[in-house]
Amino acid sequence: MRHLDEYRDPAAVHVVLRRIEAAATRPWTIMEVCGGQTHSILKFGLDELLAANIRLIHGPGCPVCVTPLEQIDRALAIASRPGVILCSFGDMLRVPGSSGDLLSAKARGADVRIVYSPLDALKIARQEPQRQVVFFAVGFETTAPANAMAVQCAARDGVANFYLLMAHVLVPPALQALLSDPECVIQGLLAPGHVCVVTGYRAYEPLAARYHVPIVVTGFEPLDLLRGVLAAVRQLEGGEAHVENQYERVARPDGNPAARAVLDEVFAVADRKWRGIGEIPASGYVLSSVYAAHDAERAFGLESVTVEEPRECLSGLVLQGRIRPTECPQFGTRCTPDHPLGATMVSSEGACAAYFHYGRTTETAGARH
Amino acid sequence: MCLAIPGKVVAIEGDSELRMARVDFGGVMREACLAYVPEAKIGDYVLVHVGFAIATVDEQAAQESLALLAEAAELEDLRRGSS
Repeated sequence: MRHLDEYRDPAAVHVVLRRIEAAATRPWTIMEVCGGQTHSILKFGLDELLAANIRLIHGPGCPVCVTPLEQIDRALAIASRPGVILCSFGDMLRVPGSSGDLLSAKARGADVRIVYSPLDALKIARQEPQRQVVFFAVGFETTAPANAMAVQCAARDGVANFYLLMAHVLVPPALQALLSDPECVIQGLLAPGHVCVVTGYRAYEPLAARYHVPIVVTGFEPLDLLRGVLAAVRQLEGGEAHVENQYERVARPDGNPAARAVLDEVFAVADRKWRGIGEIPASGYVLSSVYAAHDAERAFGLESVTVEEPRECLSGLVLQGRIRPTECPQFGTRCTPDHPLGATMVSSEGACAAYFHYGRTTETAGARH
Repeated sequence: MCLAIPGKVVAIEGDSELRMARVDFGGVMREACLAYVPEAKIGDYVLVHVGFAIATVDEQAAQESLALLAEAAELEDLRRGSS
């Protein structure tokens, strides 16, 4: 496929690998932020091809993984109400809440439907006006414009039975939380390319300057990822720390202005709890007051609850790049994709799932680094 | 979750409020909303995420970034070596 295959060219990949090897005179630790990037790195074996002094650690960019237990419990509570259709991306269905997951709720008779787009959920709401249709709005800035547009259309067309259960999170505040940690080991960052397609990358410039960390806007194909690593290494070797765009074909400094305008109208920034990490100030979206009638939490009067994470799940440390999935004693034994303890093992973007699917066992990971 | 795939716009329909397109992803056709890429026209490649085009692919930028690599003499050596 055009604009994909060119970036998987093995010869070009080897050229960039050689350049990285030539550029890196010292060990460097670089975090790729997005879970989609983590999966590409492991799928194509880039972690094993890179020079041994380049250590890639995996970031918190898996929205399914950071959706707090409480919000999954709320989704379960809503789905169990009579007359409700709960729509979600497929990724969320097997993520364990404190007592079960949405797939189990569906098996017990709840009307839980997988949709490809929030517009599909809106279509269901139009077709079944007597039912309450709730879309579980999980995602980063990449996904937010789609969900915002669905709500905007519902409000415009008077589709009063369409709601969002909001679980939207924002990348820059999470990076701020990671970088400000005194124990932070991140020396360079590969910023999530598709988030930057929407928001642009100016918001990352203060982070690069304040924490003296190169931040490279990076795509998802092998060549994109390696070009991102090369740019970060060159900055690190030269003592530089600024924002650089290596995903020029789709990411622009100001992002997508049309999408940003709709986000500003439909959503408002609010504090948000991240699963395994905790509360991060101004790190999520809620519906703005104009669209509050479409807020599922408000419409269903759900009480505020706090739920404890299972202690044996170390996904919080994995999401912050502090440990590799294989360093968790439960990895591949008590915790597998079929029986996950935490969301990082079940989401298609979770680092634990990537290590499991692409055969990075404790032994191979240990031998590599 | 942030997976987005480039595809070619082959048809545009819908009202001015919600422009929709048929997009060709290497032979697989899907519908995508063009509301966020008002500049997109038939024949353009757009980056699609959960049914929404979020960017048009800048052909010139794509060619330039690849051209930087294509100029590398070592790339030619590697290709010859692998053939």
